[in-house]
Amino acid sequence: MLYREAGQFRSTYSEDQQIFPIRQDRIAIGLLLVVAFVVVPLVANQYWFAAILTPFLIFSLAALGLNILTGYAGQLSLGTAAFMAVGAFMAYNFELRIPGMPILVSFVLAGLCASAVGIVFGLPSLRIKGFYLAVATLACQFFVLWALQRFGWFSNFSSSGVITAGKIEIFGYVFQTAAEKYLLTLGIVTVLALAAKNLMRSETGRAFMAVRDMDVAASVIGIPIMRTKLLAFAISSFYCGVAGALYAFCYLGTVEPEAFNLDLSFRILFMIIIGGVGSILGSFIGAAFITLLPILLSVLFGGFSHLLGVEIPHAWISNIELIIFGSLIVFFLIVEPHGLARLWQISKEKLRLWPFPH
Amino acid sequence: MNRTTIAIAAAAAVFSDGALAQAKEQFVPHNYYWVGPFAPGGTGIAGGAIDYLNMINARDGGVNGVKFTGEKCETEYNNARGVECYERSKNKGPTGATLIHPLSTGITYSLIDKGTQDKIPILSVGYGRADASDGRVFPYVFPLITNYWSQNTAKIKFMGQKAGGMDKLKGKKIVNLYHDSAYGKETIPVLDVQAKKYGFEVTHIAVPSPGNEQQAQWLQIRQIQPDWVILRGWGVMNPTALKAAQRSGFARDKIIGVWWSGAEEDVIPAGEAAKGYIAAGFNVSGANYPVVQDIMKHVYAKGKGEMEDKSRVGSIYYNRGVVFSMITVEAVRTAQNRFGKGQPMTGEQVRWGLENLVIDEKRLKELGATGFMQPLKVSCLDHEGGGQVKFQQWDGKQWKVISDWISSDQSIVRPMVEASAAQYAKEKGITPRDCSKEK
Repeated sequence: MLYREAGQFRSTYSEDQQIFPIRQDRIAIGLLLVVAFVVVPLVANQYWFAAILTPFLIFSLAALGLNILTGYAGQLSLGTAAFMAVGAFMAYNFELRIPGMPILVSFVLAGLCASAVGIVFGLPSLRIKGFYLAVATLACQFFVLWALQRFGWFSNFSSSGVITAGKIEIFGYVFQTAAEKYLLTLGIVTVLALAAKNLMRSETGRAFMAVRDMDVAASVIGIPIMRTKLLAFAISSFYCGVAGALYAFCYLGTVEPEAFNLDLSFRILFMIIIGGVGSILGSFIGAAFITLLPILLSVLFGGFSHLLGVEIPHAWISNIELIIFGSLIVFFLIVEPHGLARLWQISKEKLRLWPFPH
Repeated sequence: MNRTTIAIAAAAAVFSDGALAQAKEQFVPHNYYWVGPFAPGGTGIAGGAIDYLNMINARDGGVNGVKFTGEKCETEYNNARGVECYERSKNKGPTGATLIHPLSTGITYSLIDKGTQDKIPILSVGYGRADASDGRVFPYVFPLITNYWSQNTAKIKFMGQKAGGMDKLKGKKIVNLYHDSAYGKETIPVLDVQAKKYGFEVTHIAVPSPGNEQQAQWLQIRQIQPDWVILRGWGVMNPTALKAAQRSGFARDKIIGVWWSGAEEDVIPAGEAAKGYIAAGFNVSGANYPVVQDIMKHVYAKGKGEMEDKSRVGSIYYNRGVVFSMITVEAVRTAQNRFGKGQPMTGEQVRWGLENLVIDEKRLKELGATGFMQPLKVSCLDHEGGGQVKFQQWDGKQWKVISDWISSDQSIVRPMVEASAAQYAKEKGITPRDCSKEK
């Protein structure tokens, strides 16, 4: 009833080609953006901006990057954190070494550097597939961190190999508070997410999906395999690189290469598996699940033992949190192996029929 | 939707917690870790730190009547979780967080900007950025007692003493076996400077994290045949190194560990292989110090206390936690002497307390900690304050102190600290404070 596209006719090509062809979707996205850009800054406090929302957006962007590669183009990668590291360190270097460099340009250039690295390490994908490719991208993970730690130039010869993000200034306006950094992150993530949504409906996106589903068939119908695969690596790494730059500049401020270890790559892979492989929305839901749920559990447990007034040894609480988190992952994977985004899709189907199901 | 429910529930929990705070309390966040690969260190230090504050509450009724409160937050030794814990805890209590012990070099790095902006002191006692010792550039960061560079110079001095004079170090071979992380790499530049000054030869060998695979490294060490090996490890890397040394026939009393390699948890898993191994320390082990006895009397005798395994009370990590909290309490006391006795202190006032902190031998005796930790004198210019190290040797059952407090060589460390801090200030566009204008 509420969610039904019947009666919405498209009479021009441009109407037919818009990103969200259904009116309800447009309204929902519009409302979501208004909430994120206007309502949230009015009601949230610094804890929310600095500890919850900004990291959530940054990890969503990284998950989105990986989802383009793994979910849409079918190339399994374990090098996500390495691409983020490239983005973070190169953004820092552009800012440091070129005076008066606009920060947004640094972010874009950092993303392009990550793309270049992505293309190089995407080359093996032309020959190997699946789990074997995942192992090949592991090399990227280790090589990039090794290079960042070995060559002092990347960290401006800091003794501990740590970089410190400078000021964020756009057209003379300095982004300093957590709320401002949140808005900057949100702006960048919104633009990139809409771009990704749009890209996946285009010829390129369809080529990605064709390669994912069967690359031999794709090449038979004339899709250039090499170009498509490398393009997928380049775009995916660009997103991850920008996410890494935001991680350094808008979130932590000071970053060591070790922060971008294999563990982070795995976490981002889990995000898209839980959220939904091959879904833009899934990247966001997955990032929310992996980054926010442990925090929620720890807050809830804190309040819980407070209410009961029972002294539970803290080591127990910490371990129970991990156990519950793990069980929830297993639970959701059993209930919905296609990810949480699939649940949203199912509810949309149901809404179409509601209140008169078959 | 899923996300919104989470948001609302978490918001309710966070906000309701904050409202419970009352006046006349000093809130100290306990952001440590109780799970994960570094939990042996985390639980011990957290236990000591929390027990000492509870002991002060029980024995003295807090500092001039202001009791310490706290709340635990699990950081998992993970930067993102550490930042979340910091943000969650910083506004609790009547005056917000007093100060924070991040207990991880990575989290310390992530909090430098935030703590400076929020005016909450970040205490990295025996870890963190060495160049933060320059308080002009890092007003809210305190790598107290001894930073890594100072520790390293003390270590070379100790080797010199063993060799019979610093000039005897000429031509000696030293291997620096380090954990391949920001923490591990921190001492490479200072070792290179010292190698040049004293004429010894240093080889840096990296061990990839977490460090449970060291065959190739020890093969290389066997080829070099060094006079000393500096073990700059953390967690599982330490017992692995000791076992590998035994296998390759390298004498353990020629291995000198840093203080994150020198606890019971580092040597007991190595068994016999650890016998004779030497490690640095800025605190000693043992439960027979009056301060630890007081904790036993006022906390554990009443059936309370953090440690489930009471035998760990008095271990290296536990006592290190006690040192952490002694500094917290003394900083609050110093701040109260100036800003009003019996009042809860804000982070900014505690920073003043830290910068004017003096713990001399007399005060140590009053605290029941003579020989337990070193005297401390912090200033605006010098956020390190101590700079001394004791060396201890594992005899198979316990750590035996084998040296007096060995002071560091500030003529090497201080210029490096200032140069590195100046570079940081330049990158960040910070104008260093003028310490003569601080009151």
